[in-house]
Amino acid sequence: MSDQTFVEDPHRTADTPGGDLVVAGVSKRFGGVPALSDVSLTIEPGKVHALIGENGAGKSTLGKIISGVITPDEGTLTFEGQPLVLRSPREALAQGIITIAQELAIVPGLTVAENVYLGSQIATGGLVRRREMRHRFRELANRAGFALSPDVRAGSLSTADQQKVEIMRALSRNASIVVMDEPSAALSGHESAALHEIIRSLARRGSAVVLISHFLSEVLSLADTITTLRDGRLVRTIEASGATEDSLIEGMLGRSLSSAFPEKRLGDPEAPAVLEVDHLSAPGVSDCSFVLRKGEILGIAGLVGAGRSELARAIFRDTKVSAGTVRLGGAELTGHSPHRSIGRGLALIPESRKEMGLMMGRSVRENVSLSRLDLVSRLGWIASIRERRTVSELMKKTTVKSTGMGQSVSMLSGGNQQKLLFARIIMCAPSVLIADEPTRGVDVGSKRAIYDLLVEMAHEGTGIIVISSELEEVLGLAHRVLVMRHGRIIAELTGQDMNEQAVLAAAFAETSGA
Amino acid sequence: MTNQAPDLIDAIESDASESSTLRVGATKLLGSWRTAGIAIPFLLLFVILSIWSGPFLHTTNLINILDQQAATLCIAAAGTLVLVAGGIDLSVGATYGLATVVAGEIAAHHSPVLAIAAGIAVGLFVGLINGLIVTVFKINALITTLAMSFVIGGLALKVSAGNLIVLSPSGGFFKFANAQFLTVPSAVWMTILFIVVLGLLLTRTTFGRYVVASGGNAEAARLAGVRVNMTRVIAFTLSGGAAGLGGVIDISRLLSAQAASGGSALSFTVLAGIVVGGTSIAGGEGSVWRTAIGVLFIALIGNGSDLLGVDPLYKQIVLGLILLIAVGLDSWARQRRR
Repeated sequence: MSDQTFVEDPHRTADTPGGDLVVAGVSKRFGGVPALSDVSLTIEPGKVHALIGENGAGKSTLGKIISGVITPDEGTLTFEGQPLVLRSPREALAQGIITIAQELAIVPGLTVAENVYLGSQIATGGLVRRREMRHRFRELANRAGFALSPDVRAGSLSTADQQKVEIMRALSRNASIVVMDEPSAALSGHESAALHEIIRSLARRGSAVVLISHFLSEVLSLADTITTLRDGRLVRTIEASGATEDSLIEGMLGRSLSSAFPEKRLGDPEAPAVLEVDHLSAPGVSDCSFVLRKGEILGIAGLVGAGRSELARAIFRDTKVSAGTVRLGGAELTGHSPHRSIGRGLALIPESRKEMGLMMGRSVRENVSLSRLDLVSRLGWIASIRERRTVSELMKKTTVKSTGMGQSVSMLSGGNQQKLLFARIIMCAPSVLIADEPTRGVDVGSKRAIYDLLVEMAHEGTGIIVISSELEEVLGLAHRVLVMRHGRIIAELTGQDMNEQAVLAAAFAETSGA
Repeated sequence: MTNQAPDLIDAIESDASESSTLRVGATKLLGSWRTAGIAIPFLLLFVILSIWSGPFLHTTNLINILDQQAATLCIAAAGTLVLVAGGIDLSVGATYGLATVVAGEIAAHHSPVLAIAAGIAVGLFVGLINGLIVTVFKINALITTLAMSFVIGGLALKVSAGNLIVLSPSGGFFKFANAQFLTVPSAVWMTILFIVVLGLLLTRTTFGRYVVASGGNAEAARLAGVRVNMTRVIAFTLSGGAAGLGGVIDISRLLSAQAASGGSALSFTVLAGIVVGGTSIAGGEGSVWRTAIGVLFIALIGNGSDLLGVDPLYKQIVLGLILLIAVGLDSWARQRRR
């Protein structure tokens, strides 16, 4: 199982499909947070098996377990009657399980043919046999019905063509199971039609296709079997023929809002606007307009990739804005630098605290005071005592637990790291706060603490935008909700209309032109 | 870094039970390596040399080492800021060479003050250009400064017309680096002052924090409102300025200059000193005083092997191995943090 080379196996052709893949009682936790709990299902050859659910329901985690990227904490996989232990994607490949992930795994500098046969190099003594490779490529392309040139650099292809390269790689290995995670998310309308045809032909040829998708109509038109996940648990597995979009949405919801949220204290609807976004367009954002009032918590919901974070960064002036204006407290925000935005009272909690929020190797103190060092320094000289006092107060207020303010933030739990970002923001005393995924990867206790902080900041007059993939969170906190899709704000929900059903219906609704 | 004592008190006072003790232990060990780091091997080497070699501990020898290392120390001190800010400056050797010939040409005919000012100004200017290319055009710092070192080297040849510049020891220019105070030459005093100022700049000022933040996580720093580009430009400018200062100190000390002096050998010695001092090549971590120890450590290896009559080739091998160990420890420390 370890010294495999990927040769096209003449004995395992598409006409002799593999057996069932049985997933039994699989569970997976990430840092104490359960991502999958006790999930069992059977994936049959020759069928398209769709996995659906809200963001964070565990679909991708399950897909990664099947493709060997993640090892489950509990439970077993059985393939063709044999127990299957996958320690890496490479081992999964050797079993004929291949993944086409959200992020494409092609090498831009190599040619199409080289990418297709990557890792299964057709070579003698280390030298690639180019003619042989091209010959096999042509055969394969004919079989798949793709018109790709083998000698073009893969990096110069469109996303859809790059995806074809990945699919050809799957075909070249006679994959018995193909896991596709959001394959059409990056594709245009007619490209996804082509992709659908490929998925169907893969199934016809006897492969099992595991399709993870946000697009319900795509799921309904392609899948034979549909498994719905919610909060890492399996809700049900049904035949696609009996399902409708409504019944699928119902399956993905099915739970009332818990009391994990602080009581809402609605702001004054006549309060002055602190942020006015007018016809704003930027990369990933088109023509967004809305108003945020003093003390208001505005939720922005939508699927991953709908343009929520892009909108946040466009407002924060971190990305180039192509059209439209942002007015902060009545005055237009110009230029593009986070430095200026923060100076004007606009703060951002970025979506990924490790990459965009914290200096992981540095101390708690340095991380907290970074944005407003001017408050604890004179003429550029840091007043150490004043800084320590300020940071210590902020840590108390945000309930950050650490062994001291000299501790490296990499040693803190996810919840404490996130609260630390709030300590930094509170020091900025912003009039507008954009919190992008404020509780991602945070334990339940810290979640509540962060909710309390957000509500308290709003009560003190800060206008807050909460962006979250957890619908429950958006609905539990926000006074008003905007739903985004394809970079646009497509719905504004208030009062009675602010419920999961309405948000999901808007977020999942498909536009014909997409 | 300089606030180590209060931080330690923090750590002792509060409850450490939350995180796993093993990880805390490993990180503390690494933390203390970063803090004490090179100081321990340096002291060891110092003691060994004192015992083995009679002339080593003589004041003259020790002051000589410092005097010889003055330029390298200044350049490495400023180079530390560049590395901590997430950059690298390989042009310092060439800049040093350019500054020596510019200062030399001017000192031969004009006032010493003008020569000194011009030498430093040339360095600052080169540094500014480096910084702007790296930040505005977003060209990799390693490549930028490597390319710049060719440009500057060519300019230095042009300025000196390829000649060796020799100055007379009578002028005021000679005094710049050779004036004695408490039997220590002014070059050493200036170097000490420069290191102290840069050390405080890195640890005690808002600019220093911005330098650390820019190298620690540039994206996070930018989103937190740090002007990362400006910070890096200033760091490069300081590095260039230090190379200019080093060049001026050395021509005043030695009274001769040519375009080829310094060069890539100096750039690499500087970089080696910084890295041996425990400054992370990935940025976000480092200290000026440890760089100073690192440079002196390398100098002691050279001085010691000369005094003990060791074949110079061993000196090079030992230096290379030490460098590998320093870089290895650094990347190991970074992986542990993940």
